[in-house]
Amino acid sequence: MLLINLGGVALIALIAWWFWLYKPGENALNDASSLIVVESGIYQPAHIRLAANQAAELHFVRKDASPCSEIVQIPDLEISETLPLNKSKSISLPPMEAGDYEFHCQMQMYRGVIHVE
Amino acid sequence: MNDATSHHHDAKSGQDSENVVPTVGGEQQFTIEGASCASCVTKIEAAIKQVPGVSSAEMNFAQGTVTITGNVDGAAVTGAVEKAGYSAKPMGAGSEDDALEEKEQAERAYYKRLMREMTIALALGVPLMIYSLFAGEMTVSTNSERLAWLIVGLLTLGVMVFSGKHFYVGAWKSFRNHSANMDTLIALGTGTAWLYSMIVVFVPHLVPDMARHVYFEATAMIIGLINLGLALELKARGRTSEAIKRLIGLQAKTARVSRNGQELDIAIEDVLLDDIVRVRPGEKIPVDGVVVEGHTSIDESMLTGEPMPVEKAVGDEVATGTLNKTGSMLFKATRVGKDTALAQIINMVKRAQNSKPPIGRLADIISGYFVPIVMIIAVVSALAWLNFGPEPALAFAIVSATTVLIIACPCALGLATPMSVMVGVGKAAEAGVLIRNGEALQTASKITAMILDKTGTITLGTPKVTDVVLVEGDSEDSVLQLAASLESGSEHPLAMAIVETAEERGLPQEKVSNFGAIAGHGVEAQLGDRHLLLGNEKLMVDRGISIVSVRDRAQKLAAEAKTPMYFAVNSKLAAIIAVSDPIKEDSIEAIKRLQHAGIRVVMLTGDNRATAQAVADRVGIKEYFAEVLPEEKAKKVAELQMQDEIVGMTGDGINDAPALAMANVGFAIGTGTDVAIESADITLMRGSLHGLADAIAVSRATLRNIKQNLFGAFIYNVAGVPFAAGVLYPFFGLLLSPVIAGAAMAFSSLTVVTNANRLRFFKPQEH
Repeated sequence: MLLINLGGVALIALIAWWFWLYKPGENALNDASSLIVVESGIYQPAHIRLAANQAAELHFVRKDASPCSEIVQIPDLEISETLPLNKSKSISLPPMEAGDYEFHCQMQMYRGVIHVE
Repeated sequence: MNDATSHHHDAKSGQDSENVVPTVGGEQQFTIEGASCASCVTKIEAAIKQVPGVSSAEMNFAQGTVTITGNVDGAAVTGAVEKAGYSAKPMGAGSEDDALEEKEQAERAYYKRLMREMTIALALGVPLMIYSLFAGEMTVSTNSERLAWLIVGLLTLGVMVFSGKHFYVGAWKSFRNHSANMDTLIALGTGTAWLYSMIVVFVPHLVPDMARHVYFEATAMIIGLINLGLALELKARGRTSEAIKRLIGLQAKTARVSRNGQELDIAIEDVLLDDIVRVRPGEKIPVDGVVVEGHTSIDESMLTGEPMPVEKAVGDEVATGTLNKTGSMLFKATRVGKDTALAQIINMVKRAQNSKPPIGRLADIISGYFVPIVMIIAVVSALAWLNFGPEPALAFAIVSATTVLIIACPCALGLATPMSVMVGVGKAAEAGVLIRNGEALQTASKITAMILDKTGTITLGTPKVTDVVLVEGDSEDSVLQLAASLESGSEHPLAMAIVETAEERGLPQEKVSNFGAIAGHGVEAQLGDRHLLLGNEKLMVDRGISIVSVRDRAQKLAAEAKTPMYFAVNSKLAAIIAVSDPIKEDSIEAIKRLQHAGIRVVMLTGDNRATAQAVADRVGIKEYFAEVLPEEKAKKVAELQMQDEIVGMTGDGINDAPALAMANVGFAIGTGTDVAIESADITLMRGSLHGLADAIAVSRATLRNIKQNLFGAFIYNVAGVPFAAGVLYPFFGLLLSPVIAGAAMAFSSLTVVTNANRLRFFKPQEH
């Protein structure tokens, strides 16, 4: 029983680490990688690195028919756009100060972060 | 993916209006197909530059779009590009229709898929459920039972692959991405139930006797029910966007345009600025324009909510999407494509529908942490059962963990706010009320005080001269002639009233010199050897001109809701000219509605106290600010805010911009369809103050709806998750079945969408 309990606690720790504490790598944005694919519940890539004080453009392609993925929002920039299915949609970002800018679907199930530095 | 071709559709389905510089007149954009290499760019640009009227053509290869400046015929550009071996399509408001059609097509296909998957899953799940209900426990003890359950287990696996693949793929991908969503919960829940059952089938001796139970029916049923829930939700979601579909549907497909002396029907995307367009009775106005021939009456209710048709004659503006009722007429196109008022309205409504009011923020924060928390609760619950639960503890642990994972529904929480905003903003648009964003919607619902600018808001804003009281002058006409000459340089509505009256009487204006306006007080100028001064009492007092002799008379005029102005020649009072601005027919009724809604209504005017009092009395307003200089309006707003009021300010959106900005919610009141869309939090498309009462009613109803949704979603999760974990078991012996949890979860988000849809039937009070 002790082993099971220890296993359970370890599992909880693992969940907390994997979903909250782990810091994934980021994709620097250039022409080739500014494409974000929305598919199967995620943005790919979901972690994007941008240079501060420079306008940029993100291209979203939604391949997920689920209506959840239809809208992408960047609340800090007051951006909210509808993504057409299987087509690219470009979203222009104004020059931003350094910091993290989250983007997500309306229900926040699809999530990503733009890290500006 | 193929970059060149897949990018090109992109901007046509909706311009990123906030971040893209709005196109100036004469700029057009086309999407290009077939441009596969960078060298195509020069070829295409060169081909377009050959077209007459093109001043520049620039292609964006990554997006597959080309931007052209100059007043050009779209069809000519398309032709030139086709000749060069590619194809081009204009981008603009017209293609909204196509985008919508494509979206609906995709949704229909998705719905069918979900229903198919649901059918397969339930075809296995329902018989298994019935068996478990009637034949008792689904336990594994003999070898033949093992074989039978193995077959069922494999069938369930088939269901998981066919009907539930999207959950598992989604869960895996987001897991690798260090994120978790609804898929994660469903995949974990159904996966745990299946895996445990398979262990029972394959290696029963690892599991205590009493816990040798299989849960294949739970896996199949949950997958089926959640797919059903998703399908129904999709249908319900479709209805939330009815308002925007209706707006997009207002756009005509073709226009009858006069070119080279011939009238021909062309696609609206090809209509150019300054084209002469013919509209016959019963047809929609295809682009914005100004009537150049004929007269007619036009139904603008679809945009403004104003039921009465509006008469239009030469020089009047007509708006895209409105309906020509009686006469045939010609008009000149002044705004086309995405510049038309309708296209801008659609854009604004769409943006507002997607934006979130602050009330949704807490739910957003919670849903960000929701899924991992639920996973942790599931583990804790399983551990609790294993440690303290009765036998078969392992079976209880598995059931409770599965049920916790399945019942938790972040979707209901996430959908609660946006669905209501979607319907509420659309509903407001139907009533001719354009709400800028979710925040404006929420604040409007909390307004406690409303400031109404008098001129143009409560009144029509078209004052007329009613009385001329002579003091020194020789005749009414000579006074009016001088006053009109003085006022001809002014754009103040009162000045225009004097000029108009003089013109009606056929009095010619003379040229004045040294014209000067004394803000909020009056004007002065020199005409030959005469110094003319026209303004309010304060101006006269400031200049030392005695008005004692006529004060009684002036006060009497003011008490009749007229505005008395003093006219002095060479520093001697010559006359009082009284001007009256008629009150809008329905102002009194609309103000009553606001007051009934518990709102403190305050009038604001530059007029003198007595006139303000008279107007306020007539419309039933108890409080007013009179003699307010234009630059003081914002201060009055702040004054009310200091009294802890949440202040709405209603004005024409141009002169009142600072006050509108200072107010918690600024309402710009439009005149017809020519709306100052950019200036306010909420734009009222028709002049009536009923729009204001409607806006507040809709915003309150929407916020109420959001609160119901949020409350429901919170309670559902807060009560559902512990129940699923089995907190009631020690007291009442109650434990939830995973199948019931699956049904509850599937229908909780459907409930949220359905509740939001109830708003569609909301009617702001009849008027």
